[in-house]
Amino acid sequence: MNSPRQNVNYRKWRYIKDSMTSYLMAFGGVSVIFSIVLIAFYLIYVVIPMFKSAEIHEISNYSVPNVQQGDSKIYAIEEQREVALRLDDSGNIVFFDTKNGEVKKIFKLNIPEDTKITSTSAGDPTERIVSIGLSNGSFLLFQHNYDISYPDDVRLITPYITFPFGEKPIQINTKDTPVNRINAQYDGEQATIVAHGIGSRINIISFKKETSFLSDDAEIIAEEGNVFLDSTTTDIFDLRIDIEQRELYVADSFGEIYFFNISDKRKPRLVQKVEAVKDDGEITTIEFLAGGISILVGTNQGNITQWFPVRDEENNYTLERIRKFEMQNAPVIAIAPEHTRKGFLAIDKTGNFGIYHTTAHRRLLLEKIDGLMPKKITIAPRANAVLIESIDKKLHFINIDNEHPEISFQSIWGKVWYESRDKPEYIWQSSSASSDFEPKFSLTPLAFGTLKAAFYAMLFAIPLSILGAIYTAYFMAPTMRRIVKPTIEIMQAVPTVILGFLAGLWLAPFVENYLPGTILLFLIVPLSIFLATIFWTSLSIEFKANVPEGWESAILIPVIILAGYISLEVSKPIENLFFNGNLPLWLTQEMGIDYEQRNSLIVGFAMGFAVIPTIFSISEDAIFGVPKHLTRGSLALGATTWQTLTRVILLTASPGIFSAIMIGLGRAVGETMIVVMATGNTAIMDMNIFEGFRALSANIAVEMPETEVDSTHYRILFLGALVLFIATFFFNTAAEVVRQRLRTKYSSL
Amino acid sequence: MLRIKKWFDSGTPYIWMNAGAVSISIIMVVGLIYLIAVRGLSHFWPADIAVFDYYAEPEAPKERLIAEFADEETVSRSRAGNPKYEGDFIKRDLIKMGNRDITGLDFKWILNAGIENKTYPNEVMVIERREWGNLYGFLVGLNINGNKITENNLFWSTFQNRIEESNNIFDEIRHIEKDLIGAINYKMERLRLDERSLELNQQKTPENLIILEDKRRELKEKYDALVNELEKLYTELNSSSFTVKIADGQEKTFQFSKIVRAVKPNAMNKLDKIRHYFEKLWEFFSDDPREANTEGGIFPAIFGTVLMVIIMAIIVTPFGVIAAVYLREYAPQGPTTRFIRIAVNNLAGVPSVVYGVFGLGFFVYFLGGSIDELFFPEALPAPTYGTPGLLWASLTLAILTVPVVIVATEEGLSRVPREIREGSLALGATKAETMWLTVLPMTAPAMITGLILAIARAAGEVAPLMLVGVVKMAPSLPLDGNAPFLHLDRKFMHLGFHIYDVGFQSPNVEAARPLVYATSFLLIVLIVALNMVAIHIRNNLREKYKSSEES
Repeated sequence: MNSPRQNVNYRKWRYIKDSMTSYLMAFGGVSVIFSIVLIAFYLIYVVIPMFKSAEIHEISNYSVPNVQQGDSKIYAIEEQREVALRLDDSGNIVFFDTKNGEVKKIFKLNIPEDTKITSTSAGDPTERIVSIGLSNGSFLLFQHNYDISYPDDVRLITPYITFPFGEKPIQINTKDTPVNRINAQYDGEQATIVAHGIGSRINIISFKKETSFLSDDAEIIAEEGNVFLDSTTTDIFDLRIDIEQRELYVADSFGEIYFFNISDKRKPRLVQKVEAVKDDGEITTIEFLAGGISILVGTNQGNITQWFPVRDEENNYTLERIRKFEMQNAPVIAIAPEHTRKGFLAIDKTGNFGIYHTTAHRRLLLEKIDGLMPKKITIAPRANAVLIESIDKKLHFINIDNEHPEISFQSIWGKVWYESRDKPEYIWQSSSASSDFEPKFSLTPLAFGTLKAAFYAMLFAIPLSILGAIYTAYFMAPTMRRIVKPTIEIMQAVPTVILGFLAGLWLAPFVENYLPGTILLFLIVPLSIFLATIFWTSLSIEFKANVPEGWESAILIPVIILAGYISLEVSKPIENLFFNGNLPLWLTQEMGIDYEQRNSLIVGFAMGFAVIPTIFSISEDAIFGVPKHLTRGSLALGATTWQTLTRVILLTASPGIFSAIMIGLGRAVGETMIVVMATGNTAIMDMNIFEGFRALSANIAVEMPETEVDSTHYRILFLGALVLFIATFFFNTAAEVVRQRLRTKYSSL
Repeated sequence: MLRIKKWFDSGTPYIWMNAGAVSISIIMVVGLIYLIAVRGLSHFWPADIAVFDYYAEPEAPKERLIAEFADEETVSRSRAGNPKYEGDFIKRDLIKMGNRDITGLDFKWILNAGIENKTYPNEVMVIERREWGNLYGFLVGLNINGNKITENNLFWSTFQNRIEESNNIFDEIRHIEKDLIGAINYKMERLRLDERSLELNQQKTPENLIILEDKRRELKEKYDALVNELEKLYTELNSSSFTVKIADGQEKTFQFSKIVRAVKPNAMNKLDKIRHYFEKLWEFFSDDPREANTEGGIFPAIFGTVLMVIIMAIIVTPFGVIAAVYLREYAPQGPTTRFIRIAVNNLAGVPSVVYGVFGLGFFVYFLGGSIDELFFPEALPAPTYGTPGLLWASLTLAILTVPVVIVATEEGLSRVPREIREGSLALGATKAETMWLTVLPMTAPAMITGLILAIARAAGEVAPLMLVGVVKMAPSLPLDGNAPFLHLDRKFMHLGFHIYDVGFQSPNVEAARPLVYATSFLLIVLIVALNMVAIHIRNNLREKYKSSEES
């Protein structure tokens, strides 16, 4: 025996153990539940940054470097945003440190004495080409380049200047006509320059470098041409060539844009003249959006419009206004398009600074920066900083935090007019080879695909599973039920990858070969059941007495197999007789219905198969669980079994059946492998049963492994997952609530 | 008329319609299993090889073909591309001709009407190769270590013996290359990381470097010795060759090193065929895949699936049980707990791909990235745990299946009669003792049910695994002889993903299809068996407590 002392100690120890266990259980339980809930929060946590506005803060400000030599003409920043360039009107190029304005290198352009720079403009930012027009009617092109080296593991950027067509200015206008407006594009081989002096004439010159086989020297071939504006009174405000060097846009001072086709430099052609600004407004700035398809037009009324050529049915291009961005009421003085995305920055005369994105039609930021009246603006290539020159000759280096401008409610769910498209559309196209590609992040076609899959699956599964559940629970002989129910239920566990594989590689080619037969199945099988019923009824009572009740479905199995066999056997003759031996081809050619081998019908079959056990099992439980005294009462009052079923049992069990359908729907919406494998996965929006789709879940499974972490694409796939999460959570909760109600109802009956 | 109306009113036709729905479901379920079983299991049976003349058109020059008949179909003229043979319907045969390296394609649809002089000669043989698929032809010459043998009665047995020898050499080579040299490479990589880690910790002193250098030299010596041995084995392996006459009469010479086995299926009797069947079946279970997974076995996929499921089970059981015990026994029963219960229930219905997305974002990139920065800075920028791998796949599936375990355990707890708890408490046991000594042992079958259901679900999931660690071809198993033996950071192969990958991403779908059916059959048998066990346990449990409840 233990002594009392030991006993007390032992009791204490037991008490401590008991309370420790309860704390441990509480801690463990809560943390498991917490970690499950974490899923939802983590998805939201990843998605949220997409909807945040842009943020800016000033890193430093300093006096404009080398300001005494002349007025600023143009600025540029290199990729790492460490070094910037400034060109003044007397031809000095200064490279300086963006952090503090410290001059790193000065370069003097080879410009004759007493000539001044009268105009400058930048071309495609990826080529870093700058064109300069001079007062003596000539022009000069230069590129600013940067070498990056890592001496002692520290990055060192060395800027230098190159001249693709020589250091000497090239004459384009007559000697006494200064180049007042200039623009040039260069793609490494060919350059096109447009220049305007006075009047309505614009000169075009194009150079092409051709390396001959015999020597290393490049030969330069020039082509010249010119265009005239139709009115001599107009004053040309600005000119722009696209990066393909095929289109020329000229803005005049009345707010009109001339759109020329300059594919043939010698014979430019005016395509269209449009009034870009209404009500006596004036154009104040014109720039290309990244990629060189859209132009952005800023006006003195404080708004910015986006235009691009749209192809009509006759293959003619017309310039259309696509979107309008409101700033404030003051004139827009400069637009700085981002280099790789379809966004831009803008400043107006009263000091407002705005960040916009065209595809998303979104204003990410509009604010006045304290004590800053902007004059010139240039954006860093990665759109993470901006350099603004203010009217008091200071430079402000400002950091921009703007990771996901391309997302807005409109761009995810609405129709968007993408560049080079003829109308607003829903498109999912998340990546492409080119860097200035406009990502198309519309989740609508994916959600549509998910719903389409679920729709056809449910169309197939609901009748089969619910009718089957009714029979199994109410009519079937108990011995048979004990085999049938687990057989169907165990199918719930079949991995969907197997169903998807069979659907894609066996069922899809099979259905294509036996399409008429497959369609006939839906007719012949029910008919055969009906005929079998009539036949059975006509049999003598003595014969029927041999077969116990509740075995109808066993009798029907051979009948249905036979019916299926017949419909597949007649498939080929029918096809030969009516459809030229190839129904899918006939559908496409005669009916205009496209046929894909892996289509929605296949998914309907396969996914229907996947959800039948779920719906069957839950609704069978609901029907079987209807209290027996209700049935007995109804039968005792003289109702037939069928009347009892429709008026009493189904009515009582209907919430259970509803919840079964909800759970089945939840499963169909989230199913991944079947839709990945059994459809073509093209994101089209079409209810055609013979075409495929791309479902949200399949899209995630296919694209997720390839996206870059924290990119917009990554986050939008998380958004897709969140949508699936919410949808299935909603379906399941609805089902669960209904089921709980049903349980209380049954217990009160 | 009235009779018909009465008949309809009685509901008989509707009842039969309902019965029909059940029949259709049963037919589909049984049909599915039957289809997979037949297609999967028949693949290993040695098919007879036919030798015949083929005319692509009635007037076309004849081709001599050696092939096995894989499939046949009858299609309408227009679908067959309007061939020159007569008839509204055209019968086509899918033949497997092998010899992909010579003819370019190993499967071909031919018109049945163009086949003539079909024979099944005993001498025709099938050679399974390590590359380029099967070879069909007649053996015409042997060259064993320079001794040319052209014709004698020991021809075939010499050939077989030599194949066995070269297979043994090949196994040895593989053992050296994969296990021994693999281990050296692994150690070399460790040394490189050690050096980098010394550098990061500012301890790159000459003394430390000398130690590393010594170890490196030692490994290098071992490596050189192994390479020497390999060279010897390779010379021996390549010393013999054999010559085969293929369908069109050409004679081709091949190295023994390239072949796995050679058989003459037409000459085999039933017993031989059965032996061959099981040999192939065993190879399927125990061997590595060959030729982009379209030939050989699926051992790494089975191994990966099992290992992942085991790790998952180790994680999911304690957590699931603790959460269930907390919810049922410790948490205050109120609306909050009810809400949590509904939420946990619903999580079982959340699409698995969502868990995959969560696993990739949270486990792989967030947790894994942090672990790398803290513990494996020497390997950066190459990720160690910050990339999909076995651990993350197991964890993701654990989260995916934890609701299953919770629900099953809770059900078990709710079935333990109150009297047992009350009796235990009345005798003076604490709550913890009551739980540990009476309630939990009674719930054990329920927990096992939950665990089995969780395992069955995890074994069949593919979508989340595609994101968090499964690959089509893992260079090494996650469990091997190099310390720390279990490599949780490695990527692995998985049966479900194998089905998807081989069925849909494989360059030679026709050849791979039977293997996919076989893999599917294996997976389906495994999962159905697990589920049946779980259902059986659950039913027994219910019976057990039903009697105690009623009494």
